[in-house]
Amino acid sequence: MLGSIYALIALGYTMVYGVLRLINFAHGDVYMVGAFIGLYAWRYLGLPSEEGQAQVVSTAGLLLMMLIAMVGAAALGVLIERVAYRPLRRAPRLTALITAIGVSMLLEYGGQLVFGTTKQDYPWLAGTVPSSIGSAAGGSSGISIDRVDVIILVIAVLLVVVLQIIVHGTRPGKAMRAVAFDREAASLMGINTDTIIALTFIVGSAFAGAAGVLVGVRNHYVEPLMGLTAGIKAFVAAVVGGIGSIPGAALGGLIMGLSEEAVRAFYPELADAVVFGVLILILVLRPCGLIGSQTAEKV
Amino acid sequence: MLDIQDVEVYYGAIQALYAINVSVQEGEIVTLIGANGAGKSTTLRTISGLVRPRRGRVRFMDKDISGLPPHEVVRLGISQSPEGRRVFSNLSVFENLEMGAYVRSDPEGMASDLEQVFGLFPRLRERAKQGAGTLSGGEQQMLAIGRALMSRPKLLLLDEPSLGLAPFLVREIFGIITDIRSKGTTVLLVEQNARQALSIADRGYVLETGQVLISDTAEELLASEMIQKAYLGE
Ligand SMILES: Nc1ncnc2c1ncn2[C@@H]1O[C@H](COP(=O)(O)OP(=O)(O)OP(=O)(O)O)[C@@H](O)[C@H]1O
Ligand SMILES: [Mg+2]
Repeated sequence: MLGSIYALIALGYTMVYGVLRLINFAHGDVYMVGAFIGLYAWRYLGLPSEEGQAQVVSTAGLLLMMLIAMVGAAALGVLIERVAYRPLRRAPRLTALITAIGVSMLLEYGGQLVFGTTKQDYPWLAGTVPSSIGSAAGGSSGISIDRVDVIILVIAVLLVVVLQIIVHGTRPGKAMRAVAFDREAASLMGINTDTIIALTFIVGSAFAGAAGVLVGVRNHYVEPLMGLTAGIKAFVAAVVGGIGSIPGAALGGLIMGLSEEAVRAFYPELADAVVFGVLILILVLRPCGLIGSQTAEKV
Repeated sequence: MLDIQDVEVYYGAIQALYAINVSVQEGEIVTLIGANGAGKSTTLRTISGLVRPRRGRVRFMDKDISGLPPHEVVRLGISQSPEGRRVFSNLSVFENLEMGAYVRSDPEGMASDLEQVFGLFPRLRERAKQGAGTLSGGEQQMLAIGRALMSRPKLLLLDEPSLGLAPFLVREIFGIITDIRSKGTTVLLVEQNARQALSIADRGYVLETGQVLISDTAEELLASEMIQKAYLGE
């Protein structure tokens, strides 16, 4: 399901916005890099493939790809925070926003330099391959595709549950919420707010990395500009859910994906227009998003 | 215990403190009083590391702490209940108290301090699971003080704990501050409520436009004609 992919990416937007009041435009590109890290891990580390089928990755192999992509994306996210955003902690918010756009472009065009500008084939997930891969290029239908969506949905739900447990049940998670509410008061508790902000980037970026691999095995290709549209859509999903709210981001992502798929089935060329229209309507009716609080922008 | 030596603080181009000297001995309650904008909060913010002094030093237990980040100052044993309470409204009362104990890793000690805080503020126990944002102003003040106590500080900084409270609650809070000191925590108290602050304090400093105007024992300050006229409304 596309919705679970958007939800996973939207979580990173919403979490970073929560602690820094920054829209991390580079986040969609971290998702793209995550997808490529997964691809290269699969290519070069000899991750478990299906017997006799070089282009097919087993479920265990997929989980390993995801794990490696999550670690890689987390490292990238934390690096971006350290190098680009932390020096601007006391600068006006607009400065950080422009920097975020700059980092995003750096990753998009740097990505083209490193990964090439063309689409690259992504492995199929075992059990989701139609009888002939060649004939399936472009939207194929049938049970085989549903299975990959189910797996994606299950993984996404598990990750969101893990995140909720982290944020509500662990010390660093509670510190994250405290920092999001009032960074200065949090520092008076003895919380190292820089560490917590870095942690937020780690978790958010890891989720984006996971989403990158999942979208790869779903679409069977990746490319360096894939973070652009997905990033914008996930960002809008986070806003619709109520930016700063974790359940909101998950819900917003699902709505975004479901409406896009529903419209695409009937009017493929209108999909994005209709989807964004619906989202604008939601925001007109509920300006703070579905789960957003009225006070979110008080700072 | 605490020694603020010739500290000057600026906010951008605006000077907020002019060569301030304040000291606090172990076991004392010391109060800083003064009009709005005198620099009381800035003094506490400097001690906690929220602002850096441009000149001068802050020494705590014979260690220079000027310029340390706030989270390290807390670890040394100084905690602050800031002006305006600043409780985490998105966390429960209990979670707020947990955050107060963030620097600690001794579960038994934390549990016993939690009991102490609940002993001082029984209402917090009743409301432990409630969101801190749903508390009344007085309850939020109690939570802010309780939260600051949870790190088991050697020195507790209180910034206007009586602000906006009903008179009976103000008395209650001042009584509790006395209790806190008698349990061995040194207190530096910032107050607009000068009379009541001086009545529980050992010594006081009067700040005016970023300078120490007078410092003396609380008794002398209460008796001083000049102080009575300017700060005690007589
Ligand atoms: N963030 C800031 N930026 C610029 N100036 C500031 C800032 N905070 C305080 N000031 C200025 O510094 C001076 C001292 O302020 P401070 O908050 O320390 O006063 P205060 O004695 O605590 O007053 P109050 O009783 O109103 O709380 C004031 O002139 C104030 O305007
Ligand atoms: Mg003040």
